[in-house]
Amino acid sequence: MDALIEKLKGQIIEQLNLAEVKPEEINPDSPLFGEGLGLDSIDALELIVLLEKHYGIKIQDPKDGKTIFQSLRTMAEYIKSQGKS
Amino acid sequence: MSEIKSYAHIKNNQVLVNGEVVFQSDSSLALTEFLSEAYKALSVSYPKFHKMDAQCKLGFLCTEFALKGTNFLTENDLSKTAIVLSNAASSLETDRVHQHSIDDKSNYFPSPAVFVYTLPNITIGELAIKHKITGENAFFVSSQLDANLLVNYTQTLFQNGTEAAIIGWVEVDGDNFEGFIFLVQNTENINKNSIFKPLNETSVITIYNQNKWTH
Repeated sequence: MDALIEKLKGQIIEQLNLAEVKPEEINPDSPLFGEGLGLDSIDALELIVLLEKHYGIKIQDPKDGKTIFQSLRTMAEYIKSQGKS
Repeated sequence: MSEIKSYAHIKNNQVLVNGEVVFQSDSSLALTEFLSEAYKALSVSYPKFHKMDAQCKLGFLCTEFALKGTNFLTENDLSKTAIVLSNAASSLETDRVHQHSIDDKSNYFPSPAVFVYTLPNITIGELAIKHKITGENAFFVSSQLDANLLVNYTQTLFQNGTEAAIIGWVEVDGDNFEGFIFLVQNTENINKNSIFKPLNETSVITIYNQNKWTH
């Protein structure tokens, strides 16, 4: 799980152009939206694209995004649960 | 009456404020690298900058350089501050990036973060968000800087409640780029000895051409 979280950190920084954020600054349990990384609605769409592009996972119901993208750890757990890590 | 209080001009990998060079980089630097270097030189922290497309970055930097050292944002009512921008290429550069991302049907991953910039007036939105400016706004597309259009339109706004404005030209088309932003605000009396210029077509053309490019 830790390796997947580290990989996701790099992918998120690249995909979301978080040029001023270092991987070690991202707490895997902090909220991705609002506080924490302070992502916005466009970033949410980019995360959906990231899952599809890198892990072949299509989120069928957008409502699931709220749970999946709660934190880096929930994202990694979801990828694992889909057998795609 | 309204006066031009400050202006910034970016092209040829140089930034000029009120006609003087304040930053320059190696002329061989590509646009994205130059914008990144100019951002560092500005010494501001605005992480959203890195998410912007090149046109928004250019508009953002040009405006920040024009604002630096002025009281423009504190002296003026931001609900009565307009943003009037223009260019020739609209959002063509980002349109190309988006097109490229959807060309290959077997690798079809359009980016929402790119697509959101496929309108030229997003540059206005970025400035409005950064500085909480809620006045009038307009984006004009013309083949070259049309000082007459920008001045006439802005003067109409000033006759209808606008008290200040951020005006200019923000163009990115391939390797060609140019940003030119000037700040205008109402003033009671224009002092003939003032270093500031009254807002009219001649003043705009004069400051646009009055720059000490070093390369």
